[in-house]
Amino acid sequence: MEYLPNILFIILLGIGIGFFAVNVKKLVRNINLGQDVDVSDNKSQRWKNMAMIALGQSKMVRRPIAGFLHIVVYLGFVIINIEVLEIIIDGIFGTHRIGLSVLPESVYGFLIGSFEVLALLVFVAVTIFWIRRNVIKLARFWKSEMTSWPKNDGNFILYFEMVLMTLFLVMNATDMHFQDIQTGNVISQYITSLFSGLSETTLHVIERTTWWFHIIGILVFLNYLYFSKHLHILLAFPNTFFGKLTPKGQFNNLEAVTKEVKMMMDPNVDPFAAPAEGAEEAIPAKFGASDVQDLNWVQLLNAYTCTECGRCTSECPANQTGKKLSPRKIMMDTRDRLEEVGKNIDANKGEFKEDGKQLLDDYITREELWACTSCNACVEACPVSIDPLSIIMEMRRYLVMEQSAAPIELNNMMTNIENNGAPWPYNQMDRLNWKNE
Amino acid sequence: MSELLKVPTMAEFMAQGKQPEVLFWVGCAGSFDDRAKKITKAFVKILNKAKVEFAVLGTEESCTGDPAKRAGNEFLFQMQAVTNIEVLNAYEVKKIVTACPHCFNTIKNEYPELGGNYEVMHHTQFLKTLLDDGRLTIEGGEFKGKRITFHDPCYLGRANNVYEAPRELIRKLEAELVEMKNCKRTGLCCGAGGAQMFKEPEKGNKDVNVERTEQALETQPEIIAAGCPFCNTMMTDGVKAKEKEADVPVMDIAELIANAQDL
Repeated sequence: MEYLPNILFIILLGIGIGFFAVNVKKLVRNINLGQDVDVSDNKSQRWKNMAMIALGQSKMVRRPIAGFLHIVVYLGFVIINIEVLEIIIDGIFGTHRIGLSVLPESVYGFLIGSFEVLALLVFVAVTIFWIRRNVIKLARFWKSEMTSWPKNDGNFILYFEMVLMTLFLVMNATDMHFQDIQTGNVISQYITSLFSGLSETTLHVIERTTWWFHIIGILVFLNYLYFSKHLHILLAFPNTFFGKLTPKGQFNNLEAVTKEVKMMMDPNVDPFAAPAEGAEEAIPAKFGASDVQDLNWVQLLNAYTCTECGRCTSECPANQTGKKLSPRKIMMDTRDRLEEVGKNIDANKGEFKEDGKQLLDDYITREELWACTSCNACVEACPVSIDPLSIIMEMRRYLVMEQSAAPIELNNMMTNIENNGAPWPYNQMDRLNWKNE
Repeated sequence: MSELLKVPTMAEFMAQGKQPEVLFWVGCAGSFDDRAKKITKAFVKILNKAKVEFAVLGTEESCTGDPAKRAGNEFLFQMQAVTNIEVLNAYEVKKIVTACPHCFNTIKNEYPELGGNYEVMHHTQFLKTLLDDGRLTIEGGEFKGKRITFHDPCYLGRANNVYEAPRELIRKLEAELVEMKNCKRTGLCCGAGGAQMFKEPEKGNKDVNVERTEQALETQPEIIAAGCPFCNTMMTDGVKAKEKEADVPVMDIAELIANAQDL
């Protein structure tokens, strides 16, 4: 019986990590539903971007208040999690504060002391975040796409962190042995008074309870990630690595189109020639994107990485002037649809069964797509290198090249370009008239 | 005045067996839009003054395909691109300058993959090199001490990280450069990009150009400077909507410089 807690702990840990692994597998499977795209170029620049943007938070701090608070939470999260290592070892081997027996007391004290300070700072930062969302009601957290789940999700994460930090500090405060050695209890010593007068047994029970809740909380949080916008804590790293390296104004040239255009322009091509034997032309099923499978996998990774901070939407000229377009919603819709497709595949033994729905119209409306000015403000604003504009462009391509469904004025503009080489109905032969006017 | 403009074509250069220093890509707006034509002429006057051997394609120029591409018509874009590249390559063009950030972005970034490799400069960058090389001198003239705010064109600024060249030229005019609350990489779009120029905006509570013009007017400028013919149109309309057209002209950087030189 004496090993019961150890066994229980190992089972919990196994379930927690096991579930997470299953969900990560689904996540990878879903992302791989996207089209292939070559992002193997310029590795050194990619590592640099990841180091600067994800690890170094360089774009977060462009908004100084949110940026600073975020760094506190980020550092706190990373550093305090070293403590989880000790909890796991203690849990498996039934030890208590194994760190104390392997590290000099002063080093251990320094480590736990830093965790305590960070825990307090994280608690404060998270509280301010909560106030910004719920009391100050910053506009970008109250846009139309931020209702129901997205709104609750944002708050749940904050509650989770508040609870975890509290558990950690209470655990330390009620650990008499730890308080007795008088090192590292820089914050928890001030809350011990809350528990004064309690018997040793009660204190021990509280300490054990918080210890268990702390680790269970962390495992639950880990598994919450897959269902939450909070996935960014993991995906920000690959996402900044695979982010766009070319100038923002450079949109990709569709290769399939290049082939056809080159053929049309080549006077030596026999338009009636039968395709060479075995040379099956790899003409894509469709141009542009009407559903998530038509997007490339980096765009799908983008969707999972989005933490719905809304910096993109707050910078979007269309959104600022009351249009329906919100770049954040483009990313949220892409993820929602992708998860729907993923669940469909799970329910149908690994095969996607046509469900009569798609990203276009069922999630993202044409009105949103046509409101975009392609100004790249959203791309510039994203702290984790998400590119909502590329999804908008792919969907416009589908509308125009597959459905000829551009707004009529744009059709006129394109007819003009086709006929006279300018978006307006002027004769190309008049192009130099200005010099004599 | 107009007879003073020297605008040779690539065909004329070729006939003489010569290559110009640079090709001036005029663009559709610069060729046909009444307001933008003034910018084109202002830029040509400066080129003439600085004795730059340039040429235009004239009737051999055609839309770069930018608005088609941003509207989603990749076919039309690539047809335009390949046609233009054939012409440019036939003339062995090496260097291109244009007063339109959309043409600039498209030729610079999207043509190379299709076989068109050129050194491409926005006219503000080109003017700055003329200045740096001492081929052009700028005096403040009528703009000395004037409050000027610069509206960053998205396809010059964010799209290609060119923020300083136009600003440096304004400073050279000895004008007082004042920045809007959204400038450089957070600059707000004028509302014309992504083929919006050619359609009515979607339903909203305001037009983007009016929002941007309000930001510009907040700086209490005497002049709003632009570096893009489309931004110029949008900002001009915005200023009209705010009934300020009599007080605050919208001018291209090339026009500022040409006017300062009394060209």
